[in-house]
Amino acid sequence: MSAPTESLRVGMDLVSVEEVAASVDHFGDRYVTRLFTPHEIETCRTAEGPARGRGAYAVESLAARFAAKEAVVKVLRPVELQPDWRSIEIHRMTGGWCEIRLSGQAAELAAEAGIGELVVSLSHESTVAGAVVVGRCLQRERGV
Amino acid sequence: MTVDETIRQVLADHGRLAVPVDSLSDDTDLFGAGMTSHASVNVMLALEDAFDFEFSEKMLKKSTFVSIAAIRSGVLELTGG
Repeated sequence: MSAPTESLRVGMDLVSVEEVAASVDHFGDRYVTRLFTPHEIETCRTAEGPARGRGAYAVESLAARFAAKEAVVKVLRPVELQPDWRSIEIHRMTGGWCEIRLSGQAAELAAEAGIGELVVSLSHESTVAGAVVVGRCLQRERGV
Repeated sequence: MTVDETIRQVLADHGRLAVPVDSLSDDTDLFGAGMTSHASVNVMLALEDAFDFEFSEKMLKKSTFVSIAAIRSGVLELTGG
């Protein structure tokens, strides 16, 4: 059997903060709960904002998390199935940095691709949010 | 409003396409026409509102929203049309 080969995959994405804010305004919690995990929602909920609408969330943070999820999808390279957005969690650590936690379909895609590690960097300004994700793949070469 | 008219209205309102909806054929690739992944989520939610159903997990794939014809097929599957 040949030795495993290591490779890197990179994904990045940009999201308009205003588009996310408009979606929160229009679709409310249904939009938020279809895309984000309870941890992500809790992380992005404003402390003293209104119960509904864009003021209820730090929409820049929601936009950055959506960009990160899309960047993860680009690393996973699904052929057909689009993994549930909530199977990709951007988990905020107590120190302030974020880690990616996969479950369900996203975890299956990562396992199939031999992706053992994913790291993410998030950024946002008032109008645009972005994320870069790097995945480390370890796969055994198949015979030619 | 017919199913096709409703789909086109949803795309006009939420698809953020780079071209007018009227210029799209039934088989035009909507992602190729400028619809982003985020916009496709809005289209999905707006279709659920318009037709009063919820897309099943197995239908949440890019091919379900790739064209007007594909969306119509999904809508008719869920509405029993």
